[in-house]
Amino acid sequence: MGNVKKSPWLLHYDGSSCNGCDIEVLASLTPIYDAERFGVINTGDPLQADIFLVTGGINHQCQGVVKQLYDQMPNPKVVVAVGICACTGGVFKETYNILGGVDTTIPVDVYVPGCAARPQAIIDGIVKGIDLFQRRSDERDRLIKEAKKNGKVTDEVMAEIDARINQIKVDPSVKAPEDAGKIKEIPTGGSEE
Amino acid sequence: MNTNYIRIIAVLAYVILAPILGAFFDGLDRKISARMQRRVGPPITQPLHDLKKLFAKENVNVNKAQSFLILSYLVGTLIAGALFFSGGDMLMSIFLFSTSTMFLYFTGMVATSPYSTVGANRELLQALAYEPAELLTAVGFYLAVGSFKSLDIVSGKWSAILFLPGFFVAFVFILTIKMRKSPFDESTSHHPHQELIKGITSDLGARNYAIYTLTEYYENMYMLGVVALFFVNSNPWSYLGAVVAIFVLYFLEILIDNSSARVKSELMIKQAWWVTFIAAGLNLLILMLIK
Repeated sequence: MGNVKKSPWLLHYDGSSCNGCDIEVLASLTPIYDAERFGVINTGDPLQADIFLVTGGINHQCQGVVKQLYDQMPNPKVVVAVGICACTGGVFKETYNILGGVDTTIPVDVYVPGCAARPQAIIDGIVKGIDLFQRRSDERDRLIKEAKKNGKVTDEVMAEIDARINQIKVDPSVKAPEDAGKIKEIPTGGSEE
Repeated sequence: MNTNYIRIIAVLAYVILAPILGAFFDGLDRKISARMQRRVGPPITQPLHDLKKLFAKENVNVNKAQSFLILSYLVGTLIAGALFFSGGDMLMSIFLFSTSTMFLYFTGMVATSPYSTVGANRELLQALAYEPAELLTAVGFYLAVGSFKSLDIVSGKWSAILFLPGFFVAFVFILTIKMRKSPFDESTSHHPHQELIKGITSDLGARNYAIYTLTEYYENMYMLGVVALFFVNSNPWSYLGAVVAIFVLYFLEILIDNSSARVKSELMIKQAWWVTFIAAGLNLLILMLIK
């Protein structure tokens, strides 16, 4: 499929977050951090998304929703858990209504801890996710090509391939570009105080 | 014989170049929008990267009919645009565009998502708003030049806009609806996370969404082609004027998109019809009196 890392589309879902991390996720798209320059689009549609970004711990009410959103996303896909609640359950870990982090429900690839996670950390996590997305899609191409050589590509073969590419682990050495987390000097207009 | 060659080349140029030009305009749109919001913005080639990725991803169909319907939307738009750029009947191409819009409507309706259904209904309301202005534009060209054929219109002695300033105003007004720009992005929006998520395109899988985007590029290039038709005459320099007009109008659309909030669909229909009946209607009356 070639170069896909220039167009990572995000699906943002708020599990049981206090909205702290959600605001930081949105802050990544504001003029100061401007994640859109990497081609990131915050899409609301799981059928067209590549990276699933979850904030907040998982409880019984949102477990089914998270699972369904994950299943609706087309392969290859990557899951990023943002904030300490999404990573482990955070301070709510022992409460009766919280199951724990996102990995209690779906496989998580990138963990971005923090309470709330800073935009710099979120962008760093997304960039790691983008790299993983590219490697998974390359591997998927290779496996499909191989399967085509061996015969007809059935749904079972595709399911096996997708299960295999989802085993690929994130490369922790991948870093965001130097200027990604740098706060830009924004010229103030006349109307601002 | 000579014109036949030119017509074939024009159709081929439309089929091949329209997606590339459309993607370029879309990239320009995103870049300029970002600069208006004090952001850096994605590179101009971003829409091409998006298209490439969407075509390569696993396609999910909510309903089996979706792929067929969205392909019909693409083919219908292609035929309508090709008819227009080959110098054919403008009225006919407008009717064909309405037909392909119906295919998009059914694509939204066969999906079960409520967002998709509401988006599809709003797509019909949009058609209701822009259709009178589109049809009147064709009538205006007929009154000014004496033919519905775009080949006859471009080979006229004078630019059509000299006779049709009111029609031009009405057409530019509905251009905002056609290009799905705020404040008239009722059925679907370029900017997600609004009350309809992605509206009519909510339940489209990755590849179908790519086909939809491609069709939008074809449609936008057709609309800009009609804008050019207002300016072009037998003098070659008029083509340069048309290109300048297209860029100015496109910038204006981006400015309107960035500086206005979405209005209710009733207000959209009201405004579009008032502008159409006052601007185009007055122009029509005057043309009928002096011609």
